[in-house]
Amino acid sequence: MTIKKFMMVNRKAPYGTVYALESLEVVLIAAAFEQDVSLAFLDDGVYQLKKGHQTKGVEMKAFEKTYGALEDYDVTKLYVDQESLAGRGLTADDLCVPVEIMSRADLGKRMEEQDVLLSF
Amino acid sequence: MLNIVNKSPLDRGSLDSCLQSAEPGAILLIEDGVYAATRGSAGEARLKAAAGKFKLFALGPDMEARGIADRAMDGVTLIDYAGFVDLVAEYNTCQSWL
Repeated sequence: MTIKKFMMVNRKAPYGTVYALESLEVVLIAAAFEQDVSLAFLDDGVYQLKKGHQTKGVEMKAFEKTYGALEDYDVTKLYVDQESLAGRGLTADDLCVPVEIMSRADLGKRMEEQDVLLSF
Repeated sequence: MLNIVNKSPLDRGSLDSCLQSAEPGAILLIEDGVYAATRGSAGEARLKAAAGKFKLFALGPDMEARGIADRAMDGVTLIDYAGFVDLVAEYNTCQSWL
């Protein structure tokens, strides 16, 4: 099978909409087909990685652990926009998984390298 | 009036529209709206400026779900679902700024 470079571009906060969860579903599907998968987090998408989700009160499935499990699917390319983090009072220490933090311009370069970009 | 905002202040203009238009009363932040009430966010300054005009509330379970309950800014009261019901009952009208 031809391996293509897939990037999921995550720009929405978790739980308020279903986009973040759907993105993870597609990541796992693409990884199951042994594609070259990366995830970009920018704008409110960086909130998806904020650690400490306690979803009992809202009776929703917490999917924070799924980010931690991505490594088991050989998905290790997680890119986060520095500017989006800073604008929300967040630093790398606030995130639930190791990521590569970069500028918006560098994120744009990574996007340019992809075969397929899926927006969530 | 009780104003309810459920959108992130950085993603949509719902909070700004509410702050610009609403008469003095209360604002309850729910769902992605709760991000406005976090320390160090862009929403914090806007809410601080509006604190004299509005009583400010945020739904605790929504903050906990997003891992930000420990970052709630000063001046915003965290409430639970029962508190949400009490607020709706307390005010004559409520408006959701979707």
